[in-house]
Amino acid sequence: MGNPNSGKTTLFNALTGLRQKVGNYPGVTVEWKEGTFYSQHGNPVRILDLPGSYSLNAHSPDEKILVEALLGRIPPLPEPTTVVCCVDASNLERNLYLATQVIEIGIPTVVVLNMMDVAVSRGIKIDIEQVEKRLGVPVVPCEAANGVGIMELRLAISQHPLPVPMLKMDVPNLISDAVDDLLPVLPRRQSGNTQLSRAEARLLLSCDDDPGLGGPVWTRVLLWQQRFDRESPGWRSDWITSRYAWIGELMHHSVSRFNPNKPSITERVDDYLLHPWIGFPVLAFVMGSLFYCIFTLAVPFMDALDGIIGLCADLVGGLLPAGQLRNLLVDGVFGGVGGVLIFLPQILFLFFFISILESTGYMARAAFILDRVMNRVGLHGRSFIPLLSSYACAVPGIMATRTIESPKDRLITILVAPFMTCSARMPVYLVMIAAILPSGSGHAVTKSLILLFLYFIGTVVALGFAWFFRKTLLRGPSPAMLMELPPYRMPRWGSVFREIYDRSWLFIKRAGTIIFALSILLWFMMNYPREEVFPAAGSTVSGEAVVQKIEVESSFAGMLGHSLEPVFKPVGYDWRITLGIISSFAAREVFVSTMAIIYRVNEEESDSLVAAFRESRRANGEPLFTPLTCASVLVFFVFALQCISTVAVVRRETQSWRWPVFQFVYMFAFAWLAAFIIYQGGQLLGFA
Amino acid sequence: MNNFIRLKDMQTGQRGVVKDLGEEGRESLRLMEMGLLPGTQIRFVRRAPLGGPLEVEMRGFHLSLRAKEAERIRVALS
Repeated sequence: MGNPNSGKTTLFNALTGLRQKVGNYPGVTVEWKEGTFYSQHGNPVRILDLPGSYSLNAHSPDEKILVEALLGRIPPLPEPTTVVCCVDASNLERNLYLATQVIEIGIPTVVVLNMMDVAVSRGIKIDIEQVEKRLGVPVVPCEAANGVGIMELRLAISQHPLPVPMLKMDVPNLISDAVDDLLPVLPRRQSGNTQLSRAEARLLLSCDDDPGLGGPVWTRVLLWQQRFDRESPGWRSDWITSRYAWIGELMHHSVSRFNPNKPSITERVDDYLLHPWIGFPVLAFVMGSLFYCIFTLAVPFMDALDGIIGLCADLVGGLLPAGQLRNLLVDGVFGGVGGVLIFLPQILFLFFFISILESTGYMARAAFILDRVMNRVGLHGRSFIPLLSSYACAVPGIMATRTIESPKDRLITILVAPFMTCSARMPVYLVMIAAILPSGSGHAVTKSLILLFLYFIGTVVALGFAWFFRKTLLRGPSPAMLMELPPYRMPRWGSVFREIYDRSWLFIKRAGTIIFALSILLWFMMNYPREEVFPAAGSTVSGEAVVQKIEVESSFAGMLGHSLEPVFKPVGYDWRITLGIISSFAAREVFVSTMAIIYRVNEEESDSLVAAFRESRRANGEPLFTPLTCASVLVFFVFALQCISTVAVVRRETQSWRWPVFQFVYMFAFAWLAAFIIYQGGQLLGFA
Repeated sequence: MNNFIRLKDMQTGQRGVVKDLGEEGRESLRLMEMGLLPGTQIRFVRRAPLGGPLEVEMRGFHLSLRAKEAERIRVALS
């Protein structure tokens, strides 16, 4: 455990070698991660990576997780035997605040002075022995990112028995009376560890919020706090001040600084990146070029992947005799799954850029620049982390809301997070944008501008709804924002690539499971019941196309599409798009697979799906995919909550069905309304 | 030289020592836990574009806080 951004996760990775997310952005680890490493004697040791915090006086849900884990109050986890406290050596003073709180609990602790290299380069010299003597626990200098000091840390943890720390700060006399009073009412411990219970009682007395022990205990704590308020006003501040005084003494004796007034490189870079005039343009430029790169750099990779999938489909098709099994594999599996898989390169590039922005520290600057806007809509600056992650995927974004202290703020953020354009929308956007504009390099700029615009309206509507909820359902003041601006760092390529690997694996897994299953289901629904069909006489379209169309139309899926067509008719969709929309409520990218199966695009080439779109007609012979229809589809996808995983994670995070249902309904209604306005308004104005 | 000024009104590059944080409350306590307490030396680094949050350096790290919070903090310039 340790302060946010002190390198806990990097240290954890170095110790365990386990894959796991790391980022140069406060609040990346929102749940605990577990791993195993082997002690000096070869015994396996279970180790947890806990969320970061500045203090054990927990305010937000993830800080509560930290406190409860330390006190052994999370049922499946045993009481900790050793605490490894990660401290940023280049930022020792503030990091020691939490470290001393932890040492006081009395569990054997090892303090790791991480990022020693950064400290040295800033002219900070630390007398390790002196720090060790004052803290009364082993102190290990270390550079987790470079693997330096990991061996020594392993040795330190393996010591047996580790010294029990005896650090005691001066506390007001009343406190010990209060601790004695609280002890009997605390929930029983199986281990009977009274020392831990005493620490728990002391900690509870300094808490502003109930860290989750509930009811009678907390009422008792509040009574004592009221008594402190009467008998020694300002005791909370005094407690903090005396701790910092103690740390100041330690700093004075063990740390010396050279050239403390030299402006850092970070600050000089920030003079430009956070400049009053050019700060915003730089941010817009960074985001704009990110999307442009996605459109240009990924194309050759997509073409290659496309060729490979096509080749596989041909190969499998050639091996099997003609018949329904071959059709199922070629149309259903390769058509459906392949149609989604082809977007992997673009998603890889998206995550590549996002994780670079995260690990260099620019993300925190983006939050700093945009906080003004967030404040206007009544959101916390911290809501920025979840909202930004939601650009990649709403599921980790919603999980990241645990860093938000106020439950109302957290709920607002959860409710609007799925408006942020996630990577699952990408395939749909790309196909529909391609259907509007002809292919060719000349349109790359226009295409990325349309894409940027879609991201933009999603964001604006998210902020609009946040403001609306703040004014109506979840009223309350705009909360405070305290955020650390971490120094810039070179991206750690190892963790950038690990992040890309994890993300793309997740995407492939989805394609292989949910989308695979849905593709097969859809294929069956579209092909059964089978009927012999003959080309309609006097048709203007080619015979084969008519056969296909009628076949799908009379299938179960066709019936479903037809029966729900009236709902989507006002927004300009026929039964085929309706079917695509219905299937996309499982996951957005299924829309593309569904359309691919409907149009039998077994080459899985997005261009040929686009070509099929161009030829597609409505029942009355008018073209189906006019720019207006495409725009209506796009707008629907920007706003609607079409994702089972998101609904599930909202259910988990809010502990009820009320909010996910509400969220689904309001987003669907808004999406439908927006598409309706676009389509009907567009027709009134004379657009096709 | 004891000229007190609100943290909110400081200019880029100015240094000072925090005098008081205003009334004790959740927000001021959190600020203190992060190391901004009476007696702490601070340097005003910058204001975000369009009058957004402020950036302050103290105890070797950079913290951003909103003007609303910075309003109650009084600083003795040095």
